[in-house]
Amino acid sequence: MEGDDIVIRFERVSKSFGPLKVLDEVSFEVKRGTAFCILGRSGTGKSVTVKSLIGLVRPDSGRIFVEGEEVSRLEGEALARLRRRMGFLFQYSALFDSITVGENVAFPLRRHTRLSEHEIERRVREKLERVGLAGIEDRMPDEISGGMRKRVGLARALVLNPSVLLVDEPSSGLDPLTAAEIDDLLLDLKLREKTTLVVVTHNIPSARKIGDELAMLHEGRILARGRPEELERSEHAMVREFMKTQGGT
Amino acid sequence: MVTAALAQAGDMLLFAARALRDVWRRPWEGAEIARQILEVGWRSLPLITAAGFAVGVVMSMHTRASLERFGAEAMIPAGLALALIKETGPLVTGLLFSGRVGAGIGAELGAMRVTEQIDALESLAVDSFKYLVVTRVVACVVAMPLLTTVTNFAGIIGGFVAETAVSGMSFALYFDRAFSLINFSDYVPSTLKTCVFGFIIATVSAYLGYNTRGGTAGVGQASTRAVVLSSILLILSNVVLVKMILFFFPSR
Repeated sequence: MEGDDIVIRFERVSKSFGPLKVLDEVSFEVKRGTAFCILGRSGTGKSVTVKSLIGLVRPDSGRIFVEGEEVSRLEGEALARLRRRMGFLFQYSALFDSITVGENVAFPLRRHTRLSEHEIERRVREKLERVGLAGIEDRMPDEISGGMRKRVGLARALVLNPSVLLVDEPSSGLDPLTAAEIDDLLLDLKLREKTTLVVVTHNIPSARKIGDELAMLHEGRILARGRPEELERSEHAMVREFMKTQGGT
Repeated sequence: MVTAALAQAGDMLLFAARALRDVWRRPWEGAEIARQILEVGWRSLPLITAAGFAVGVVMSMHTRASLERFGAEAMIPAGLALALIKETGPLVTGLLFSGRVGAGIGAELGAMRVTEQIDALESLAVDSFKYLVVTRVVACVVAMPLLTTVTNFAGIIGGFVAETAVSGMSFALYFDRAFSLINFSDYVPSTLKTCVFGFIIATVSAYLGYNTRGGTAGVGQASTRAVVLSSILLILSNVVLVKMILFFFPSR
């Protein structure tokens, strides 16, 4: 893949589930250290797009590159190596509900590093502090609120210090204040640690705050793509409407 | 409908074959296997012991009622031990295990699927099949013969309690008679066949849980179908296994 500053490249990717075509020759690129926000109504293929970036969904055709490696062809250990350099924050956090918050965050460290227990505990503490949740290591996931679960999910996704972070609906199901706090955390990651972000959202204020570039998916295709102000002036009335009705200026 | 059923059967066979293949591939997941053995084996002990004891008591009462007519009460311990070890113990253990463990595996993996925990494992660079399925298959294959042995002994003790209450037979005499007719070919093949039961219960339940669709209703269905399907397959496979045991270890 030419150009070191391109971290992610989607090349004419298509995906169908039965008769339903979810992605139809979708292409885009994401530069290192930037945030790319994928917008769109429910069921337009946003989550499928972000899941295919980490190999959870395989495209029917087209190619997907992350950090120069073709994800859509990787398997086994090669795919696992790439995934260790990426983080994924799921829409509903997807915390392992049979283990504590601390064990959830420590899980990737225990699996993929040979750090001492003392060092693992230190890093878990550090990541939980980073997301504003110090001291809840011993709580179970069902004992904390949705917003806290989301932050724990973020701490777990960040614990291996990934260069690329994929985020599926960060503000879904959260109150506006908590959603804004999550946005601040993501923005901080991008600015301070130069983490590349791909964020799926239908929350326009959130996309404006985090995103360097926005893309609107509609019926499996990218309808418009560019900076927030460019989407506001899009030739597609639907895009302009979407930017307005979801809290845009 | 027939085509769909055949397709699912084929899927399940491939799933089982993958589990057999992946047992021999790294990482070995020793800690998770040990945790699963504790979960499916150790925690099944109270159920298995109580059920085995009760089965032994009931079998002893029935055996006495039958053999009394022929004046063959002395054969009660041996008859009961043979019946338990050769057939009743393995089958009862398998069915109880499929009810407790099969339902648990189907529900647990199903819930993990619908809440994206399996995707989360994959995103954290963990082979979810190896971590969730293979570990449970190994645990069930290891736990089944051990639990069957517990059922057998609990049943024999239950038989003794029932017998001594009626005839006052001593513990030493009862056990001497119980094991007088039992040899290697009675015990080992019948107990080891339960490894196959464990494999069937684990792969069927894990397959249904791992491939759950349709939210919480799907989880419930996966759990119920895991018990029903693994119980049926267990009973059917028993016919084939008994035939094979009789072929390789003919009764004297």
